[in-house]
Amino acid sequence: MNPQSTLPPPAALPPKTGDPSAPAGPGRKGPRSEVRFFASLGHVALAVWAVIVIVPILWTFLAAFKNTSEIFSSPWTLPAELRWENFSRAWTKAHVGRYFLNSVIVVSCSTFLTMLLGSMAAYVLARYKFWGNRAVYFLFVSGLAFPVFLALVPLFFVVKNLGLLDTHTGVVLVYTAYSLPFTVFFLAAFFKTLPSSVAEAGMIDGCGHSRLFFQVMMPMAKPGLISVAIFNIIGQWAQYQLPLVLLSNAKDKWVLTQGIADISVNAGYEADWSGLFAALTIAILPMILVYALFQRQIQAGLTSGAVK
Amino acid sequence: MRHGKYPFVIGFLFAPVALYVTFVIWPYAQAFQISMTNWRGLSAPQWVGFDNYRRLLDDGAFWKAVQHHGVLLLALPLITIAIALFFAFLLNVGGKSSGGQRQGVWGAKFYRVVFFFPQVLAVAIIAVLFQMVYRPNESGLINGVLMKFGLEPILFLVKPNLALWSIIAVLVWQAVGFYVVLFSAGMASIPGEIYEAAEMDGASKVTLFFRVTLPLLWDTLQVAWVYLGIAAFDAFAIVAVLSVDGGGPDGATTVLAMEIYRNAFVYSKYGYASAMGVALFFLTLTFAALTLRLTKRESVEY
Repeated sequence: MNPQSTLPPPAALPPKTGDPSAPAGPGRKGPRSEVRFFASLGHVALAVWAVIVIVPILWTFLAAFKNTSEIFSSPWTLPAELRWENFSRAWTKAHVGRYFLNSVIVVSCSTFLTMLLGSMAAYVLARYKFWGNRAVYFLFVSGLAFPVFLALVPLFFVVKNLGLLDTHTGVVLVYTAYSLPFTVFFLAAFFKTLPSSVAEAGMIDGCGHSRLFFQVMMPMAKPGLISVAIFNIIGQWAQYQLPLVLLSNAKDKWVLTQGIADISVNAGYEADWSGLFAALTIAILPMILVYALFQRQIQAGLTSGAVK
Repeated sequence: MRHGKYPFVIGFLFAPVALYVTFVIWPYAQAFQISMTNWRGLSAPQWVGFDNYRRLLDDGAFWKAVQHHGVLLLALPLITIAIALFFAFLLNVGGKSSGGQRQGVWGAKFYRVVFFFPQVLAVAIIAVLFQMVYRPNESGLINGVLMKFGLEPILFLVKPNLALWSIIAVLVWQAVGFYVVLFSAGMASIPGEIYEAAEMDGASKVTLFFRVTLPLLWDTLQVAWVYLGIAAFDAFAIVAVLSVDGGGPDGATTVLAMEIYRNAFVYSKYGYASAMGVALFFLTLTFAALTLRLTKRESVEY
């Protein structure tokens, strides 16, 4: 194939005066030295950004072992000893353990429910023709356009009237409901791409609609399900405004983001900075572990919304 | 798909639709209605028409918040996309080419993994982290270093004209990695022959970037702009946790979400807060429509 044919049209690559469109002439640096210069400049920039990302986190981990006077002396000195009591103080007295557990309970329940309900709705909408199909689909997808803050006040009263304020059930249901638009949107597109021959074969073998879904279609949709599940887990784990509104009066039910923000306010009054650093470390460290294990899937899952 | 289709369809749709209508659609619909009342939670709401909206026009905090969204809307996408594009280009095509195969710089994989990590953390956690980084005395990461060198500490979150930029910096810190990965995926799908052909014609790296990569990445850039724009209209968690007393000092960092939260759940002005919510909704919608219209151009087929 002629390589010229793959060039972008002239609009994208117009000849510019002074542009070295001709092969390298005299007075032009060789491509090798240019590559080397560019690469080294790039290396510096990349390394600087890596430092900017890593240093605040590493510094937090170190400060978690310090005492208050060490924290105030210099940000760069290492702690004189490993003060594990900072962590036990954060875990029990500041209730980080409780908050962490709450987050795990809420997010695992709501992600499970989101995936179950979301894939059920998406499957039916993607593969069955029935009256009102489009209307229901657009009802779900329209949720993508609305900011949560528009609904905040009425949502608070809906949850309150159902008697679900300050309960994990309420938070799980709300998380699930607000995760449905993206989940349905993404999974419906995914279910549409699955071949119908397998489904037809299953039907001929006398497989019922629900069995077909759970035993044939769900396994086939596994890559899509994993992407959306990761997307939902990370999103729901990071939620701050919804639990702030829905759990405000039940401190023992708070999730991690709420708890850490609260500890940071209290740390100011009690001047317990090492406890706050320890609490932050407890919140960040598991994410590093999870990220290290599932780095590839997480990157794919989070960007899946943007790359179609 | 013959017998028993409808019972199955209804059975599968009932629970998701019921949940969704109860907690999403119904509150959204109510928000418009509540915004026309003077409801404060205790007595029955009274219809006041567009009074709340009229009061919005004279509300200094509201306009400050809108102004901050304007700044966020320009600065956040511009800075993030510029940095992310630069890094993505380095990581994917910055290195030397061997045998026609484009290569990123050395350690590209490591950088991509590190850069992306902040995306996994919750914004509220990051806000607390940067509260410590920005602390105005020796215990802060940045000021601790500055004061070691005998410099004056910088009051990142206290100086009104610096506070918003300190917050934008944190948002950029978190977002860059995501867009590096996003743009990398876009760049990876650009055929190598295009670069090869351009290079054979003597195009430099800079020319490659502006004349080949950028035009072919246009669709991805558009998506990135919309995403960051939507993030610029939220910013609640970061402002609520990081800024001095929720949007301070003196409203210098406040955003609409913060004002809605304050009016609703601190002052119990539910009608007024809902009017702000409706305003936020129309702002978001206008932005999305404008972006899609303004950035519309013929995408380059390859």
